[in-house]
Amino acid sequence: MYAQMVKSEGSKSRDEMTPEEIAFQERIDRNEKIEPKEWMPEGYRKTLIRQIGQHAHSEIVGQLPEGNWITRAPTLERKAILLAKVQDEAGHGLYLYCAAETLGVSRDELLEKLHSGNMKYSSIFNYPTLTWADMGAVGWLVDGAAIMNQVPLQRTSYGPYSRAMIRICKEESFHQRQGYDIMMKMCAGTPEQKAMAQDALNRFWYPALMMFGPSDKDSVHSAQSMAWKIKMNTNDELRQKFVDQTVPQAEYLGLTVPDPDLKWNEEKGGYDFSEPDWSEFFAVIAGNGPCNAERLGARVKAWEDGAWFRDGLMAHAAKADERARAARHAAE
Amino acid sequence: MSSEWPLWEIFIRGQHGLNHRHVGSLHAPDAEMAIRNARDVYTRRNEGVSIWVVRSNDITASSPSEKGPLYDPSNSKVYRHPTFFDIPDEVGHM
Ligand SMILES: [Fe+2]
Ligand SMILES: [Fe+2]
Ligand SMILES: [Fe+2]
Repeated sequence: MYAQMVKSEGSKSRDEMTPEEIAFQERIDRNEKIEPKEWMPEGYRKTLIRQIGQHAHSEIVGQLPEGNWITRAPTLERKAILLAKVQDEAGHGLYLYCAAETLGVSRDELLEKLHSGNMKYSSIFNYPTLTWADMGAVGWLVDGAAIMNQVPLQRTSYGPYSRAMIRICKEESFHQRQGYDIMMKMCAGTPEQKAMAQDALNRFWYPALMMFGPSDKDSVHSAQSMAWKIKMNTNDELRQKFVDQTVPQAEYLGLTVPDPDLKWNEEKGGYDFSEPDWSEFFAVIAGNGPCNAERLGARVKAWEDGAWFRDGLMAHAAKADERARAARHAAE
Repeated sequence: MSSEWPLWEIFIRGQHGLNHRHVGSLHAPDAEMAIRNARDVYTRRNEGVSIWVVRSNDITASSPSEKGPLYDPSNSKVYRHPTFFDIPDEVGHM
């Protein structure tokens, strides 16, 4: 998902746990929220920093493929809508960075880890957005997949993370709907426009399925995270839900899901579908997707080019503080 | 110079007549910028009519380990709740 393959720490059986750890697990089992200054196992804290940090980075990097189309949106209204959508993603990144910071990591540390490649962001944002129809596909499929994952995370055990998720979920359905709206428009347009919509679906289908992370049988870090309620569903559960929800939406558009083996399975009450190419997924995660270098390069450049501005505002604030102190002193 | 902008806690009054409520935090170089950033981060959909910003460092919080001494004493003071008192029905609404 936005946090794929987060390494979890500290998987322990009950008789290996200290009394403190048992009491902690019992609080989680009672659905009590854990708040920042409270005692927590070191593994819980570290895993959460990785997961929330990766999620925050995904929101921020995720602005790039869509930002690419703001200046070329087909109408002023579409441009304003896309701008608002991308601005929301910036907000999502900020809510999540703040949630991570309550665990004792600084914003600068998180950004340094992103820029140096030591923290990841979702694989999905390493694919290019080639046509306007991609804005439709991204909103519909990428935000759609994100929602699938984020809705259950509203119930996660860590208070600040849960509250950030609640805010984010309120804003996401606008994102998905504006994407689907673009797709509806394209599909009701000329044959060329409809072909663009089909092409966008063809390119984004499997990368969207990869967002949920590797198949459960290869997903090694899940058990502890699920016990701690920082992961609420398995990867395959969410992927299945996503496919079941999305296929009828594609049918409504008159588009074909690019999977010849896709078919309804009456017995399980869901679709059978082909797995994405996991070797591609692991290559993208390792940094070898079509846009990894470009995305990270854009983030690093923005950070470095903005340094003089951040420092300038700090210097201005320090001077203003100094002046205010001197004025108070003179008045005394 | 590596000077991370300080962290601010953001409080928003959602509607006239309600209290300001903590909504989250953000980084900003000074109070004025904190308010401007809070406008963009926390009120994109008419969530507020007033914003307070407070430097996170200036907030003193009670510690989770004090929970017992701070809040337990009120458990025994059940007479603070109106339902503690039985008023006969004949007296009417009170
Ligand atoms: Fe988002
Ligand atoms: Fe979104
Ligand atoms: Fe998200």
